[in-house]
Amino acid sequence: MEDKLVIGGKEFKSRFILGSGKYNMNLIKAAVEQGGAEIITLALRRANTQESESILDFIPKGVTLLPNTSGARNAEEAIRIARLSRAMGCGDFVKIEIMRDAKYLFPDNYETIKATETLAKEGFVVLPYMNPDLNVARDLQNAGAAAVMPLAAPIGSNKGLATKAMIQVLIDEIDLPIIVDAGIGKPSQACEAMEMGAAAIMANTAIATAGDVPSMAESFKLAIEAGRKAYLTGMGRVLARGASASDPLTGFLH
Amino acid sequence: MNEENQVYFIDSDKLPPQALERKHRLEQDPSFRTNHMEYMEGMEVIDSDIKDIVVKEMEEYDYSIYTAKDVERALSHETCSLEDFKALLSPAAAPFLEQMARRAELETKNHFGNTVYIFTPLYIANYCQNYCVYCGFNCYNNIRRKKLTFDEIDHEMQVIAKTGMEEILILTGESRSYSDVNYIGEAVKIARKYFRNIGVEIYPVNVDEYKYLHECGVDYVTVFQETYNSDKYETLHLMGHKRVWPYRFDSQERALMGGMRGAGFSALLGLDDFRKDALATALHVYHINRRYPHAELSLSCPRLRPIVNNDQINPRDVGEKELCQVLCAYRIFLPFVGITVSSRESAEFRNGIAKICATKVSAGVSTGIGDHEEKYEGKSDEDVGDEQFEINDARSFDQMYKDMENGGLQPVLNDYIYV
Repeated sequence: MEDKLVIGGKEFKSRFILGSGKYNMNLIKAAVEQGGAEIITLALRRANTQESESILDFIPKGVTLLPNTSGARNAEEAIRIARLSRAMGCGDFVKIEIMRDAKYLFPDNYETIKATETLAKEGFVVLPYMNPDLNVARDLQNAGAAAVMPLAAPIGSNKGLATKAMIQVLIDEIDLPIIVDAGIGKPSQACEAMEMGAAAIMANTAIATAGDVPSMAESFKLAIEAGRKAYLTGMGRVLARGASASDPLTGFLH
Repeated sequence: MNEENQVYFIDSDKLPPQALERKHRLEQDPSFRTNHMEYMEGMEVIDSDIKDIVVKEMEEYDYSIYTAKDVERALSHETCSLEDFKALLSPAAAPFLEQMARRAELETKNHFGNTVYIFTPLYIANYCQNYCVYCGFNCYNNIRRKKLTFDEIDHEMQVIAKTGMEEILILTGESRSYSDVNYIGEAVKIARKYFRNIGVEIYPVNVDEYKYLHECGVDYVTVFQETYNSDKYETLHLMGHKRVWPYRFDSQERALMGGMRGAGFSALLGLDDFRKDALATALHVYHINRRYPHAELSLSCPRLRPIVNNDQINPRDVGEKELCQVLCAYRIFLPFVGITVSSRESAEFRNGIAKICATKVSAGVSTGIGDHEEKYEGKSDEDVGDEQFEINDARSFDQMYKDMENGGLQPVLNDYIYV
């Protein structure tokens, strides 16, 4: 059976969501090709530029656009940006990003739930970026989210799975794809998240700041595939603390 | 005799004797000047303790005590503390400039990728009621004064927009009577037809006026404090509303209270002790961020430049290396903050600093009034107003765009939706 990622009824073979905006646009095509990405994010505020510069022109055909609402400070602004995105022809997918914090760019969970509810009702395929919290993830699911995107660490920090334990809880408890977003700094960290059972990885800064953007996109692709395969295979025994004692502790039981 | 500031004092032979006498008294007799810490009528007082915190830290800052060890320790820390920042600003950090630049580059890339924003300033009037001794617009300086009409503003903006520019910064001299808030608001409404992102750099106003300007379409307010040393400030800003130091200090906070999305900060490096001013500027930003975490904040780093009628004005002890050190320290201490480097600096410096820590540069700059068509398209026009200061980097928008791209950077014209 083919292993597919399904979001909002749409099937994807790739589990790598590529960011854009932090590296030159003429590299997008090569990054998409070498990284095998089928979804690419796009800050609508960056697309809001004159035609000759529009980032939209650089996105290869057949790739699903995931416009985000960065710049929104509350649910109302995110909803307005999402509607604008749809009107501009960016499709029905939307990643909700609501930040009231310019330093760490942490998402505002409360406002994110509100925006998710409204936009899901309007027929958007809503992927909310959130701070990993089980109750919030449940609320997002009830509000109609198509996936949940918990952060691994602050955006751009390349710190890896700082919220690992919380993300594991979401993977275990929520019946939606859990897409790990933000903070993934290297392929090994992406691989680790996939081994845990994450449905997909979204990465931007780690790739944008690499010496060779398309080549790093490919590295992520391979790591994500390896992690996914390990997860599906079922991990073998990994001893946490050395070997077991040779005399069984329960030897006295007959 | 006010010897320290003598270099700034220029007497015009066009001034009537009475005005000249008044000018001289302002320059030489402190008792003739108003209390610069006292608010003038109509100036709103807000409840804020940031001033006191910043000034206390600045006064206690003794940069001579820091050593190479402190700098090395600062560079080894993952998060830059205030003590680390003080070490990075100190003379002890000078030999570590390359290491600082590397660290700054890393922080910039993590937060901004390889993007660099391009914008242009537009001066719409140069009338001024202040006597700030180092500024070309000061009311005693004999320059051609001009205030653009709305038709002229529309025309200038069309000329600028035609180049492809999408972000504009509207500036005026500081005259409430010649350039009142409504005049600026109307200019902003015209700008919305041509640009996607609008900032203002005008005299400080009250919260309700910032709110009105935001409704007209402004999202960023930049106010330069010039120097955070209020005693020095008093000797440079001799007359007018700008003389009131605390009202100016609270401008960004009032702007954010009025709903603005972002605010810009700066000291004019070279007026006073630049290390102390740099410390105070960064702390001002730091504390505004603590209280207004949603606000998008930015720093500039202007150095003194020659003005019309006085080519002796210079950035004194702030050389390019010192400026680079300050900017790297800013970036390491405040990795999330935008850094703007203006056309006061050379093309070579701006190309270099954009790779390290600057995130925004101006292009196609004129600090004169109504001369964009002349400068962009070569059509001569006699009816223009003189410039605020001499720029250094006169590159056009196209050239800047190309140079940034050639430097491996990604020029961005707009990253903004007005919501």
